[in-house]
Amino acid sequence: MARLNGDNTRRAEKLLELYPHKRSALIPMLHIAQEQDGWLTPDGIGHVAELVGLAPAEVYGTASFYDMLFTSPVGRHLVSICTNLACLINGAGELLEHAEERLGIPPGETTPDGEFTLEEVECIALCGEAPCLAVNWRFFGSIDTAAFDKLIDDLRTGRLAEKVPPHGTLCRVRRTVGLTTGSDGQ
Amino acid sequence: MTDPVEPGAPANPVINVDGKAIEARPGEMIIAAAERGGVYIPRFCWHPRMKPVGMCRMCLVEVNGPRGMALMPACYVPVSDGQEIVTTSDKVKKAQDGVLEFLLINHPLDCPVCDRGGECPLQDQTFAFGPGESRFVEEKRHWQKPIPINNLVALDRERCIQCARCTRFAEEVAGDPFIDFIGRSDHTEVNTFPGESFESNFSANIVQICPVGALTSTPYRFKARPWDLEVVESTCTACAVGCRMAVQSSQDRLIRHLGIDSEPVNHGWLCDKGRFGYEAVVSEERLTQPLVRKGDELIETSWHEALKTAADGLRRVQELNGSTAVAILGGARLANEDAYAWSKLARTVLGTDNVDCQMGDGLPAEVVLGLPRATIDEVCSADVVLLVAPDIKEELPVFYLRLRAAAIDRKVALVELAPQPTALTEHAVVSLLHRPGEAAAAARKLVSAVLGRKPSSGGGVKGDEIAAAAELLAGKRVVVVLGRPSLAEPADGTTEAAAVLAANIPGLRFLSALRRGNVHGALDMGLAPGVLPGRVSLDDGRAWFQSAWGADLPGRRGLDAHAILAAAATNQVQGLVLIGANPMADFPDRTLARRGLAGVGFTVVVDTFLTDSAIHADVVLPAATYAERPGTTTNMEGRVTRLGQKVTAPGTARPDWMIATELASLLGGDLGFESIDGIATEIERVAPAYAGVNPARLAKRENRDGFVVPLAEPHQEPEPPEVAFPPQESIVDVGDVSDPMESIEVNAAEAQGETLLPRSEPDAGPVGAPESIGDLTASDGSSLAPTIPLISFAGVEPMPAPHAPDAYSLRLVTSRSLYDAGALVQHSESLKPLATVTRIRACARDLSRLAVRPGDLVRVSSSRAALVLEAALDDRVPRGSAVIDFNQPGDGAADLVDVNAQVTDVRIENVKRPSARKASDG
Amino acid sequence: MTAPKIVTARVGVAESWTIDTYLRKGGYKGLRKALKMEPAAVTDEVSTANLLGRGGAGFEAGRKWSMLRKAEPVYLVINGDESEPCTFKDHMLLENDPHQIIEGTIICAYAVGAAQAFIYVRGEFALGIERLTAALNEAYEHGAVGRFVFGSGFSLDVVVHPGAGAYICGEETALLESLEGKRGYPRDKPPYFPAVIGLYGQPTVVNNVETVSNLPWIVQKGGKAFAALGEGRSTGTRLFSLSGHVNNPANYEVEMVKTTFHDLIYDDEYGGGIRNGNELKAFIPGGASAPWFGPDQVDMPLDQDGVGKAGSMLGSGSIVVMDDTTCMVRAAWRITRFFHRESCGQCTPCREGGGWLDKVMRRIELGGGRESDLELLLDVCDNIAPGLSWPPQKTTICVLGPSIPSSITSAIKMFRDEFLIHIKDGGCPFD
Ligand SMILES: Cc1cc2nc3c(=O)[nH]c(=O)nc-3n(C[C@H](O)[C@H](O)[C@H](O)COP(=O)(O)O)c2cc1C
Ligand code: SF4
Ligand code: FES
Repeated sequence: MARLNGDNTRRAEKLLELYPHKRSALIPMLHIAQEQDGWLTPDGIGHVAELVGLAPAEVYGTASFYDMLFTSPVGRHLVSICTNLACLINGAGELLEHAEERLGIPPGETTPDGEFTLEEVECIALCGEAPCLAVNWRFFGSIDTAAFDKLIDDLRTGRLAEKVPPHGTLCRVRRTVGLTTGSDGQ
Repeated sequence: MTDPVEPGAPANPVINVDGKAIEARPGEMIIAAAERGGVYIPRFCWHPRMKPVGMCRMCLVEVNGPRGMALMPACYVPVSDGQEIVTTSDKVKKAQDGVLEFLLINHPLDCPVCDRGGECPLQDQTFAFGPGESRFVEEKRHWQKPIPINNLVALDRERCIQCARCTRFAEEVAGDPFIDFIGRSDHTEVNTFPGESFESNFSANIVQICPVGALTSTPYRFKARPWDLEVVESTCTACAVGCRMAVQSSQDRLIRHLGIDSEPVNHGWLCDKGRFGYEAVVSEERLTQPLVRKGDELIETSWHEALKTAADGLRRVQELNGSTAVAILGGARLANEDAYAWSKLARTVLGTDNVDCQMGDGLPAEVVLGLPRATIDEVCSADVVLLVAPDIKEELPVFYLRLRAAAIDRKVALVELAPQPTALTEHAVVSLLHRPGEAAAAARKLVSAVLGRKPSSGGGVKGDEIAAAAELLAGKRVVVVLGRPSLAEPADGTTEAAAVLAANIPGLRFLSALRRGNVHGALDMGLAPGVLPGRVSLDDGRAWFQSAWGADLPGRRGLDAHAILAAAATNQVQGLVLIGANPMADFPDRTLARRGLAGVGFTVVVDTFLTDSAIHADVVLPAATYAERPGTTTNMEGRVTRLGQKVTAPGTARPDWMIATELASLLGGDLGFESIDGIATEIERVAPAYAGVNPARLAKRENRDGFVVPLAEPHQEPEPPEVAFPPQESIVDVGDVSDPMESIEVNAAEAQGETLLPRSEPDAGPVGAPESIGDLTASDGSSLAPTIPLISFAGVEPMPAPHAPDAYSLRLVTSRSLYDAGALVQHSESLKPLATVTRIRACARDLSRLAVRPGDLVRVSSSRAALVLEAALDDRVPRGSAVIDFNQPGDGAADLVDVNAQVTDVRIENVKRPSARKASDG
Repeated sequence: MTAPKIVTARVGVAESWTIDTYLRKGGYKGLRKALKMEPAAVTDEVSTANLLGRGGAGFEAGRKWSMLRKAEPVYLVINGDESEPCTFKDHMLLENDPHQIIEGTIICAYAVGAAQAFIYVRGEFALGIERLTAALNEAYEHGAVGRFVFGSGFSLDVVVHPGAGAYICGEETALLESLEGKRGYPRDKPPYFPAVIGLYGQPTVVNNVETVSNLPWIVQKGGKAFAALGEGRSTGTRLFSLSGHVNNPANYEVEMVKTTFHDLIYDDEYGGGIRNGNELKAFIPGGASAPWFGPDQVDMPLDQDGVGKAGSMLGSGSIVVMDDTTCMVRAAWRITRFFHRESCGQCTPCREGGGWLDKVMRRIELGGGRESDLELLLDVCDNIAPGLSWPPQKTTICVLGPSIPSSITSAIKMFRDEFLIHIKDGGCPFD
């Protein structure tokens, strides 16, 4: 496990070409590493550090600043429930409580079967459909307890596989064009 | 950091701080200008040697801006003319109190058990500024208590105030970004990558600059309380950079070194070897009593007995074999006064010029002393620095920091001409990696390209690389940093390269990169064949010294270390004095060192430890080291500074000059001095390059950075005639903070050894020739040496190129790493584990060509010996070469090298493959 | 209220995110027109429009572009990091009209002579990132981006850059650090104004996603037409994210100044009134950083300067409506907790002060409050942001720190009794 595989290494190297300075490719590259393994393994961080020319400590320090980047394992489905103001005053507290009960874990933990990790998050910009949540960063609005239960069932049975890719997959669309003007403009 | 001064900018800005007009420097921050003007603004994150980050917000003051007076961070707002600053208003006070309170809410307040207690800026500012009682009734943040981040440094994250001093030091100053902030908000911690340690030759600087007790050094932990410490300012003798440092002791025992910010030298930093090397001083294994040989054994005896035995033995050799059968090796670890005493003893009492302070691991004295010189500041402000040297990071660590900063901040172009990449390679604009033994060939190609001829390849360096380097050098202010890049070949190649460069590039200057503590002082004092004190040759200085010393000098130039050992091996040298010298470890060819020591009839060793070379001696005399005696040293740039005395030497150990003086008198001579001051005064009077440098002048507060010799101009100020090396009380103050500031936090910062501001202006002046010494008058009014020409380097005959190695051999490169098998590291409890096992490194292609895998044990054989070493992969090693770090514990490079050969080729064969066995285990 | 839909014209149209739809609906015409103008003329149009930045600070876009330090290369960075609580307009634009953002980006790059443009999108917006990436591929193929845009002499590369979850990266200098691959630490201004020392130390324009979404329209219809909408400095239309206790929480594009908070909250066309016929208790006029307003301020127009004078701000254009069932202590605590979590951790007052306020608010809401806590809260707020003045004093590097007190001081000022009941009863009366 866990250095970038051949295809992902090539993706990572392509990323380097898009920026005037290598280090800029760091966060997109970490998303690739997380897509591959579901989290940032020490080897994955080491490999990314090599590619961008940093020390692993710097990559680790940078990654740890960002909530989406995990340096310990995460379940296949990351359930992120917003409890910020618009959701809070529309029942997010009850939703979160229900989720804890339903999944049997408090926020920050993963179900023993590795299927779900629950987290309480800040506003996910879906306040028009409060309370809301995201699963692997695919959004679901107006979630009451019944909707939550159905969602969990659908996730478990794979009915939502198309909308919700495995944790870590950020963008399924690949950039088709490299830089056309040379890295520092015309 | 600071904006460059615009050309034609008006005079320095004047700012107004609390009603006081202060002249500032353009581009500097308010906090620095105010401090120089006597107004101390509290701070935690700001550090004069690092870029400001404005994170702690402790330095909030009121500054007039577009919207009137407003709170701003004094460390992040540059001065501007007419700026109004208020540091004492209620608004400022409330803001600063507020920040302090915020810093304390999560702080454990465990001052009574904290190493920093008593010298902690946070603690002191709390007393000085802070609110009394805590309004914070919530639970504090918790972290696991101290965790080691490497062998030398422990981290207590609960005490950390997130000032980023340590992380900035690691990344910005040392280039070792192996600690970083992790997490966000008030869960931010400093740490390493999980499972890795903070690998840095400079790691404990972060302890010194930590403004709280979050970082502590493992060797110092719980050893003392700050108020028990005594302190003296001194110079580090671990290498030739000569960093200024505070030497601290408790109950007559050395306990800590702290870096002092010397503008021309170390900017406050120390390497870990220099910082913790005091452990060797306090080592239980120090020699404390004289020893004399009785049969197979060395037996403790009295000084009288030992000295008499030594004198008798040497006299007997003199009588039987003549004065040329006596030799002195070593002296590069002594103070100038000691070196001078031995030098005078050799020439006037023993009658020999067979003296060498180098162990065949440096460069000829003529090269070091005779080329036009440059200072560290001049190197760091040159256009181009040409490095013909070993890895500076390993051998002259703090000079590496200066060079690195020059390359990054001042855009000084580094060009390397070396047989292997170094830590500076990544900062070099061009690295010309030549084949071992072919530096001169490469230098010749380079020079020819600089002179406008078509670039071509040579010495294993490609033509386009030569062209790139030549383009950089042409027409620029160039300084060469000249050392001994590899000990697997004689110095000749380097010497020749230097000669080629010096002869063809006009205005070229050199900075010596020899490493041993006071090697430059020892050379200056004449501890080299053909060289007399004050950088004059035996021939040129003979008349003057004969009259000054009142004795005849040896008629002919004597032998150097190599020749002394060779002569000893054939019983031609029969009396040998080793002064702080261990040829068995340091001479590049251990076979010859062993034969030489075995061939000597009578050996006297003066040292601090019973070394491999000392165990066979006839007399062993225990010496006192730095901190146990006063004196001066001379660093790589020729800067003379003072050593501070702080503790008593163990047992009956005494300074070398005393030993030399007494030995001289037992030999029927008289060195003519009774005190170290007497020697210093004599040096000033007789040694031409040292004219004008006297103890009284060096002892002055404003002269603590010392003088680069020779002084450019005579000094006229009247000097007190005699008070040399005044009692230490008058020089114990550390750091340099303007006197009006008495606030405790200043003292706290001072106690950290952190000078709050650089002491003097950076010397960015052009590279200039030291003027020749004119008609000088010594402090006591006596007339000085007549104008004797200082040594100049005449150049050398070109050598033929070495033959090509055979297909099965790799050509050896060997140089030192910081932690080695030397006495300092091996007798420092904390440093000893850092010396690595000897391994042989080569690139992947060479390893696979030889069917060796990393980790395999291989048989490495040369014409001298065969060793079994572990093979390691290092793709930085050029093809065709193999690298072994010199003088690591156990057998090593010195066993393979034949000093008489032009290069050292080694064959590498697999012995066994531990991993192959594992494969079958599944 | 017949103002045109400038940035939401295609929202709700089927497949609005594809280039086919975009072209069908007049897409890339603004860019074609701009390329026939001098770059300076484009800037002039935008200055005439008096387009205020939509990211929160409300700075005139045209003026920002004119302030660039003269040095090459210039970079353009589009801020799509939208994470201000209860702001969800950029999210919508990214998912529904990515081509409009790309077209605006290219127009802006042309006007400022940018060598390369980066669209930094909040990492959590996975769908938005996918749609924007697909749209960018289409735009390259269409010749709207890349070498010689539409056959002109202008070339530009655009890169979609995902964030990774840190609110502070919406702050423009933190965003630049993040784009450089570092921890998202805001830079101290001065000297790090992006226009002077921006991405990689080069002069850089940072504009919000909604800001540049206005550009195709402005170039096509002219700056005057834009300036004719609204009033005073607040010209044009603007997207407001309306959330909380209204019947129709959603994004609404309305004409500035001509519309009031009351219109937005109560008109059927917009919020449709408070849910369950409840009473309005308070509302936040411009994102979590903004001081709160009460029912008596509901008739105020959506006017940047007017709201500023009244002691708050339009900020990111999000309006959170709280009815009389809302616990104000809990609401203020939730916002405080948000800032505590999202502080980058550089500045002592923000890092430690935010945590302290969070803990005290929590204690009060959960029943452990003391009467002295109110003065303590206010004093800690004052130590973070002395005098609560705006723009704040430089006790911190960025304005996140000084934003923390807004909700607490608003809540204490407007609902002191509610705090006292919590303290007296040892718990929350709304539980
Ligand atoms: C704490 C903080 C968070 C911010 N978040 C955002 C954001 O998510 N999106 C945004 O466009 N601007 C945000 N801003 C404003 C940006 O700093 C900047 O002003 C804006 O991107 C400039 O674009 P504009 O002039 O087009 O509005 C934030 C500012 C602060 C202080
Ligand atoms: S105010 Fe807060 S978020 Fe802003 S730079 Fe300072 S610590 Fe970071
Ligand atoms: S010393 Fe100025 S912010 Fe820390």
